[in-house]
Amino acid sequence: MNKVVNNIEEAIKDIKDGMTLMFGGFGLCGLPEKGVEALLKSGVKDLTCSSCTAGIDDFGVGLLIQNHQIKKLIASYIGENNDAERRVLSGEFELDLVPQGTIAERARAGGAGIPAFYVPASYGTEAAEGKEVREFDGKMYVMEKAFQADYALVKAWKGDTHGNLIYKATANNLNNPMAMCGKITIAEVEELVQAGELDPHHIHTPGIFVQHIFQGTDYEKRIEFLTLQD
Amino acid sequence: MALDKTDIAKRIAQEMKDGYYINLGIGVPTMAANYIPKDINVVIHTENGLLGMGTYPTKDNYDADLVNAGKQTVTALPGASYFDSATSFAMIRGGHIDLTVLGAFEVTDIGDIASWKIPGSRVKGIGGAMDLVAAAKNIIVAMTHTNRKGEPKLVKHCTLPLTGLQCVKMIVTDLAVIKVTDKGFKLLERAPGVSVEEIVEKTAAPLIIEGEIPEMKI
Repeated sequence: MNKVVNNIEEAIKDIKDGMTLMFGGFGLCGLPEKGVEALLKSGVKDLTCSSCTAGIDDFGVGLLIQNHQIKKLIASYIGENNDAERRVLSGEFELDLVPQGTIAERARAGGAGIPAFYVPASYGTEAAEGKEVREFDGKMYVMEKAFQADYALVKAWKGDTHGNLIYKATANNLNNPMAMCGKITIAEVEELVQAGELDPHHIHTPGIFVQHIFQGTDYEKRIEFLTLQD
Repeated sequence: MALDKTDIAKRIAQEMKDGYYINLGIGVPTMAANYIPKDINVVIHTENGLLGMGTYPTKDNYDADLVNAGKQTVTALPGASYFDSATSFAMIRGGHIDLTVLGAFEVTDIGDIASWKIPGSRVKGIGGAMDLVAAAKNIIVAMTHTNRKGEPKLVKHCTLPLTGLQCVKMIVTDLAVIKVTDKGFKLLERAPGVSVEEIVEKTAAPLIIEGEIPEMKI
């Protein structure tokens, strides 16, 4: 049950042009930094990706847009990335904007074997255009389909050789749902330990959802808005 | 005189009740957390995965892994909990949040809201706003009464892309507190020194006005 790979290059070596990739993280918080870095170097292209945001101009998933590797991005918000905004307006890549909770649930459902589900979010708005709607108990809902991903890339605080993961504070965010929906999920962690060293009570993502795990080094963990008390 | 952002935040805070779980949007709504009445206990939810959000950190205790929905560094209070985004939006969709406060570009007199996109302008996105307005029981909008061009933001029909339908319950602006009723907008309070006439003039939908309209107490 040892899922440890030596490095990110080894973990992503079978990612091919045209594949579907999911990224954990909320903006730069909980971002799989090493995964993004390695994909940039690999040059793999025509990717369909989902990520909560596109990061900022010079850090995060948006770098793959800048590098012309993403043909379609499913995200809920790209407001902090001016470069991605320009590129979507010029038609360089396709942007599918989805409510944030819907992204999370599409990922969770994909991992849970639920092909589609109904949510109230976006009913009556342009984000629901072309989607099936249905009434339940007098309220209208929009049908959303689960994500199917070739790969999911997630980042955790601690992990063990079985792929069990623990996140720190709000860095869990989309990481756990995205980890669930990858056919192959690559987890990068700040601290990798032997199976048995993490308290089973404290695991957030059980190792069954993780195929490859490695310890990353030199995490930058950039902050979008460092806001301090006066 | 019209209220400034701080006063709007203070007026919003008066709507918080003991025991509430509250989601505050980016900007003025988040500022309301600074004015929670001292005699009540509420828990602030931030949809990226925290219940029990505290103040901003100091330069000695900030953490890149602990941010709010606006991606600002924050702290967690004793009794806080962390969770993933699927669980967080289950709290929202499941109707577990008692009060949601967010900003808007336009609100109609049946409670429709437009808050996420100005066509021809920047592409920003939806974030958690559509999830929140579609499911929350109690939604208050905090906004200026008119836009930068001086045009009314309380309208009969939204001209901008919608965020949600028939969901807003109350609006607190720099000029007034207005309730969305079955019969349309009802003026509840006016900003100190602001006349009912001025509010009527700057509102592009009928206003129900019953009796003397009191000034807001900030």
